[in-house]
Amino acid sequence: MSETVLMKGNEAVAEAALRAGLDFYAAYPITPQTEILEYLSKKMPELGRVCVQADSEITAINMIMGAAYTGKRVLTSSAGPGISLKQEGLSYCAANDLPVVYVDVQRGGNGLANMGSCQTEYKREVTGGGNGDYHAIILAPASVQETADMVSLAYELAEKYRNIVGIMTEATIGQLVEPVTFKEAVDPASLPVPSWAKTGKMISSSDEPIKPRIKDAKPKADRAKYFQMKEEVQMWESTNVDDADYVVFAFGAPSRVVYDALLILREEGQKIGMIRPQTLWPYPEKALEELKEDVKGLISLETNCTGQMLPDVALARDLHFKDRHVPVYSCAYIVLDRIPTVMQVVDDIKAIISGQTEEAY
Amino acid sequence: MAKRGIPVLKKPGGNFCPGCGHNIFHRLICEVIEELGYENNQMMCFAIGCACNHAAVFNGENTMGPHGRPASVATGVKRTNEEMLVTTYQGDGDAYVIGLQDTFNAAYRNERITQFVVNNTCFAMTGGQMGWTTLPGQKTATSQTGRDTDTTGAPLKFPELVRNDFNAAYAARGAVHNPKEIRKTKGYIRQALEAQIAGEGYSIVEAVSICPTNWHMSVDQSIDFLEKEVLGAFELGEIVKRRGE
Ligand SMILES: Cc1ncc(C[n+]2csc(CCOP(=O)(O)OP(=O)(O)O)c2C)c(N)n1
Ligand code: SF4
Repeated sequence: MSETVLMKGNEAVAEAALRAGLDFYAAYPITPQTEILEYLSKKMPELGRVCVQADSEITAINMIMGAAYTGKRVLTSSAGPGISLKQEGLSYCAANDLPVVYVDVQRGGNGLANMGSCQTEYKREVTGGGNGDYHAIILAPASVQETADMVSLAYELAEKYRNIVGIMTEATIGQLVEPVTFKEAVDPASLPVPSWAKTGKMISSSDEPIKPRIKDAKPKADRAKYFQMKEEVQMWESTNVDDADYVVFAFGAPSRVVYDALLILREEGQKIGMIRPQTLWPYPEKALEELKEDVKGLISLETNCTGQMLPDVALARDLHFKDRHVPVYSCAYIVLDRIPTVMQVVDDIKAIISGQTEEAY
Repeated sequence: MAKRGIPVLKKPGGNFCPGCGHNIFHRLICEVIEELGYENNQMMCFAIGCACNHAAVFNGENTMGPHGRPASVATGVKRTNEEMLVTTYQGDGDAYVIGLQDTFNAAYRNERITQFVVNNTCFAMTGGQMGWTTLPGQKTATSQTGRDTDTTGAPLKFPELVRNDFNAAYAARGAVHNPKEIRKTKGYIRQALEAQIAGEGYSIVEAVSICPTNWHMSVDQSIDFLEKEVLGAFELGEIVKRRGE
């Protein structure tokens, strides 16, 4: 382990990726992720690696696709509308089983969106995003340290499953300065060349070109892979759930507010727990095994106005509680330019406990 | 010297219409790659369009990316594999319409890749719609009374754009409808690939080609139309010569 340093979340993404053996990065500036591009545009040439400031998010995803085809560790990053532009490229990466990693530092809202710290990209990220029939593994860090840790994890998972991995942070996590300790650096030259990498050699005549598109085997293998990832990749952190009457589901920056709210509510004698999903796809359905049998309600808490995570909490509930109805409530914060305060969360949870809030599902 | 027989990079066959120039152009590229000794150290980034058909009859390493994006995919390959010979193979709709941004910016950066573009003055794969290379007055599925340049623009000449505004290493336009032009086009391909190998910068070779199917003509009529009309709008030859040549 190296020394602990103070760093912004976005810079931690960049530094952690370099240490994980990043060969190639391409991106286009957009707030609140631009520090990743700025950091890498300085550091990568010093290390003899390649950073390209692309002319758009579309060309950036296609550039990293090219490098990924040859087995390199690649990264692109963006926010809001920029990630929208990458969806066709990501779908092609899925079609060709390319283990690309991308970072979405969410901004808030539709269209141009604002600079708020929001979770308005949940729905797009967890459903795959582009056309077709695939999922990216989506990791959601809640601190700068966890951001750095998830970057190296992202490369492990991407290569293990030959799948896209997205790290979904948000403005607050990207801009937050916190202590962080990085893993030892890996030299990309020391990484083995994956067996599937395109090295420029002729394809043996027995190989079908463009394999993934024309063989029936591909959709079957995909289905098996997505079920396997669902089984093996779920990650979450739980706080005080064993005796909790109500359990809040919250990820990323708002989960830190919920944590403080739980302390206040505990002092007041309310038994509230939290499950913090660290993977949003696959959703940590297994976390519900930790809940007590007579839990009174589940709360989906997030910073977007439609309650994008809410259906996933309801589905997880249905999967776990087969014999009785456990209500699911929604706390969706529609103030797009800030995350809720601790007291706001305390009040909203109290309103649920006292029956003033209607269940959502 | 040119080899006779099918190049090792090519399988026999391919789903092209009779008379189509795609197969001739692609075969020439395969021959030159082999003559330069790069058949086991090359990546051809295929476009979406009739160009796709090559993937099934190409023994060389290749990639498939979104419609219009080969120049960007090729950039990622080349930047991380400097010794590899990296090319794109595209139609004019792919390279100059939806992918104009990628093509333009690759040329603008002087990216060390070679783009091969078949210009058949239309979107062939999707049924012969108008492209930015369609001739003034030319009838297509989406310009049924003839292309109106007032509202749709005039034919885009990308190699000429490269000559005037960029610092590219090499640009040429050839044709593949008779032996003389085929021989010349093969020479352009060689120059473009040698420019890349020598690290001189971006290179592009466009091949003007017939599409009897979407021009709704016989092969003979198509060749006639190409010579009388298309070559009037698109001049053949080396548009940017290599420095020192
Ligand atoms: C994003 C997207 N839009 C549209 C298409 C449909 N499409 C496939 S090929 C093509 C045009 C091909 O024309 P061109 O590049 O000139 O190649 P040609 O077939 O003439 O060789 C279009 C519009 C697509 N595949 N993807
Ligand atoms: S449609 Fe046109 S370009 Fe496509 S294969 Fe047929 S002749 Fe060639």
